[in-house]
Amino acid sequence: MNYKLKRLVSIVLCMVLMLTFSLKSAVASEEKKFDAGPFIIEHVTDSYGWHICGEGEKSVTIPLPIMLWDNGHFVAFMSNKLHHGEAAYKGYAQGWGEQKGSIVKLSEDFTGHMEEGVEYPVDHVCKINISITKNVCSLFISLILIGWIFLSVAKQYKKRPDQAPRGLQALVEPVVIYIQDEVINPSLGQHAPKYTPYLLTLFFFILLNNLMGLIPVFPGGANLSGNIAVTGILALITFFITQFSSKKEYWVHMVNTPGVPWWLKIPIPIMPFVETLGMFTKPFVLMVRLFANMTAGHIVVLGFISLIFIFGQMAPAIGYGVSVVSIIFYVFMGLLELLVAFIQAFVFTLLSSIYIAGAIGDDHAAHE
Amino acid sequence: MELIKPSFGLIFWMLLGFGILFFILAKFAWPVITKGIASRNKKIQDQLDEAERIHAELQNLNKKHEEMLAQAKAERDDILNEARIISQKIQETAKQRADAEAQQIVAEAKQTIQMEKMKAITDLKNEIANFSINIAEKIMTEELSDKSKQEKLIEKWVSEGSLN
Repeated sequence: MNYKLKRLVSIVLCMVLMLTFSLKSAVASEEKKFDAGPFIIEHVTDSYGWHICGEGEKSVTIPLPIMLWDNGHFVAFMSNKLHHGEAAYKGYAQGWGEQKGSIVKLSEDFTGHMEEGVEYPVDHVCKINISITKNVCSLFISLILIGWIFLSVAKQYKKRPDQAPRGLQALVEPVVIYIQDEVINPSLGQHAPKYTPYLLTLFFFILLNNLMGLIPVFPGGANLSGNIAVTGILALITFFITQFSSKKEYWVHMVNTPGVPWWLKIPIPIMPFVETLGMFTKPFVLMVRLFANMTAGHIVVLGFISLIFIFGQMAPAIGYGVSVVSIIFYVFMGLLELLVAFIQAFVFTLLSSIYIAGAIGDDHAAHE
Repeated sequence: MELIKPSFGLIFWMLLGFGILFFILAKFAWPVITKGIASRNKKIQDQLDEAERIHAELQNLNKKHEEMLAQAKAERDDILNEARIISQKIQETAKQRADAEAQQIVAEAKQTIQMEKMKAITDLKNEIANFSINIAEKIMTEELSDKSKQEKLIEKWVSEGSLN
C-alpha cells in the first residue's frame, strides 16, 4: 500500500515537473492571450504538419507532404512551406474563415510570408486534396502496425500449430476469441465465417486508433478514430456490406413491416418510410457515436490541460496549483478513455454484426 | 480543418488504406488465425475426450481387475474348502482302514491263540493219557506179579461183567 502510494506520488510529481517546463515556455512566450477554444479544436482536428512540441517560432513540427490535383496539374510540396498558414507557396495557402482546413489557390502566384491584415483574394479552393495530413500519417502508422501485428501472429500460428500462444500471439488471441465468440458468432451464427475477417479488421482498426489517440506524443496523438471522415468510411463500409448481403425478407420487412396495424402502411406509408430512414440512420449513428465519443474524450482532456494555462495566465502560482488538480483529472480521464477505447471498438463491431445479421434475416439478435 | 466536415484527402486515404489492410489481413492473417485457434480448440477437446475415454477405460479395467480378484478369492476359498473336505475324508478312511486292519490282526491273533491253546490242550491231554497209561502199566505190572492178585482181579471182573 505504502509502496503504491509512493509510486503514485512520484508519477504525479513527474507530470507536474514536465508541465512546469511547458508552462514556463507558455508564460515566457506570452504575447498573445491563450485561447482554449481554438487550442482544443486545433488538437482534435487534422493538420498539415505534425506538431511535436514548442510554441510559435520555436515549435518543432514534422513537415508532411501536401498533394493537390489542381487544374489538371499534380502539385506537391512540404507543409513547412506554408508556415502554419502564415505563408503561401506558389500561390497555394491554407484557407481561412469559411475555407479553414482546406488549401486555397490565391489569385496571384506568390511565395512568401502573408502579412496579417492584408486581404489576399482567393481564386478557388483545391477540391482534390490528397495531402498526407497528420491523420493520414497516423492512419498509415496504424495500418502498418496492425498489418505487422496480425501477419506476425498469423506466422506464429503457422510456425507452431496447435501450441500454446506465446508473446504477441498470447496478447492478441484472447481478444480475437472474445470478439469471435461474444460478438460475431452469436449475432451471425452460420454466416459468421464470411464476415469474420471484416469485423475483426474493423474492431482492431478502431481499437488501435482509439488507443493511439490516447498517447499524447508522436506516434499517437492524432485523433484519427475521432475524425468524422474515418468513422464515416467505416460506417459506410458496414452500410454497403449490410445492403449487399441483404435477403428478400429484409426488403419485405422494410416495405411491409409485420406486426404493425395496416393503417400505418396504407394509405400513407409511415412504417416503410420509418424503416427506410432506419436503414440510413443506423450507419449514421455508428459514425456519430464513434466520432463523438473519441472527440469528446479528447476535448475533455484538453480542457483540463487548458485550465492550467488559463490560470497560469492570471498568475503562475495559480497555474501550478491548478496543474495538480488538472493532472489528477487528466489521469482519471485517461483511464476512462482507455475504457471507452475498448467499449467503442466493441460497440461498433457489435452493431455492425447485428446490422449485417438483420439484413441476412434469419437471426434473432437483429431484433433486440 | 473543421470538426464535422469530412475532408476529401482523408476519405481517399482511408478507403485505400483500410481496403488494402482488409484484403491483406483477410487473405494472410484472419484465416490462419481463426483456423489456428479452431484447430487448437479441436485438439484440446480431442485430448480431453481422449483423457475421459482412457479414464473410463481405466475404471472399467480396475473394476474388471477387482472382479477377477474377487473371483480368484472365491475360487481359492472353494479349493481350500474342498481340500479340507478331501483331507478329512482321507483321514477318516485311513482311520477306518487302520481300525479294520487292527481288528483283523486282533482277530487273527485271537484265532491263532485259540488254535495254539487247543493244540496245547490236546498235547497236554495226550501227554496226560500217555502218562496215565504208563502209570497204569506200571501199576498193572506191579499188581499182576503174583497169582493170587490176578485171580482176585479176574474174579472181580467176572463178577462185575458176567451175566448182564
